[in-house]
Amino acid sequence: MFFDWLQQLGHRGLDIFERIGRAHLLFFAILAGQPGLLSRPRLVIAQLYSVGVLSLLIIVMSGLFVGMVLALQGYNTLVKFGAEESLGTVVALSLVRELGPVVAALLFAGRAGSALTAEIGLMKTTEQLSAMEMMAVDPIRRILAPRFLAGFIAMPLLASIFSAVGVFGGYFVGVGQLGVDAGSYWSQMQANVDIYDDIVNGVIKSLVFGLVVTWIAIFEGHDCTPTSEGVSRATTRTVVHSSLAVLALDFILTALMFGD
Amino acid sequence: MTTRAIEIWVGIFVVAGFVALFVLSMQVSNLSSYQGEKGFDITARFDDVSGLKVRSMVTMAGVRIGRVTAIEFDDQALQAVVTMKIDGQHRTLPRDSSANIYTAGLLGEKYIGLEAGGDEASLGPGDQIQLTQDALVLEKLLGQFISRMIDEPAK
Repeated sequence: MFFDWLQQLGHRGLDIFERIGRAHLLFFAILAGQPGLLSRPRLVIAQLYSVGVLSLLIIVMSGLFVGMVLALQGYNTLVKFGAEESLGTVVALSLVRELGPVVAALLFAGRAGSALTAEIGLMKTTEQLSAMEMMAVDPIRRILAPRFLAGFIAMPLLASIFSAVGVFGGYFVGVGQLGVDAGSYWSQMQANVDIYDDIVNGVIKSLVFGLVVTWIAIFEGHDCTPTSEGVSRATTRTVVHSSLAVLALDFILTALMFGD
Repeated sequence: MTTRAIEIWVGIFVVAGFVALFVLSMQVSNLSSYQGEKGFDITARFDDVSGLKVRSMVTMAGVRIGRVTAIEFDDQALQAVVTMKIDGQHRTLPRDSSANIYTAGLLGEKYIGLEAGGDEASLGPGDQIQLTQDALVLEKLLGQFISRMIDEPAK
């Protein structure tokens, strides 16, 4: 009885390590497939469309509303201390440092990551991937590598759009509705947001998130059980795992970048 | 959708991304004020710089003319050595200007305010400001005030 339980535990542990191992092998295979994309940029462009362009609407709308809410909430708190001039700083710093990369990555995981997993999983289930192999086309180079590169490129762009739109959303509410002075909104922002400490670090964060989310999405799709249930589980796992990974990595990156 | 339309959309997406990044760096951050990076360094010694930070403002007549770039401790003189970078175009600051550490508002950030002297010669790279006045530490001030109240009970 006890040994059964112990065996189960060991089996699970081995499973997890096996998956991690497979994920890394796949990762290196995808990296090895990247140089081949130089001669076929069309593949990446098509993926940039489905991963990036189709995520634009949700990113722009969420960025706008997050910026507007930040301005409202920030104003209500700051006005108590007579510091409503700092509204620009509050909105810009929270967007550029945290909310831009993190919320964009979470939306990206839900919008693009799940689609990637479902697409690749269905390709596996309907044996399109095996068919490609039979025709001597490497599915990792042809299918997975361009999707990975597209996710890696799209994520920092989406996060930048999110932050920029959010700053203007904050401007509409803060300056337009609540009557903060437009000059101090921008000048306080410029005085306190640093190009290297804040903006470059935000971009680095979103690059890391893009890599992790796309990696998880592609691996789950490629590794799913080839049944309809398997695809649905893999899609759920993509969203859950990449959201958790983004939040945990965000803490680690923040501690490394701003922790001193 | 045709390949052409897809490629145009991707082009728009990439341009939008870079425009956003550009707006963030030019409009939101301090990149636009980096222009006079070719400034020159001057130093000043203080007995107490509490609250002053690297990147704090250096002002003259209330206008920002530079930033603090380093704050070090001198083991021999037991003083703080503050290095500040003055923007390149300000070449005519009098050599005997004095440096004071002020507070923006009652509890705001510390910054260095330079006050012009009357010397003909002007400050150049590597010069040291001789006249300095330390940061006002609120606790010290309160401490002095309270100890004086105790020393001289209400007459």
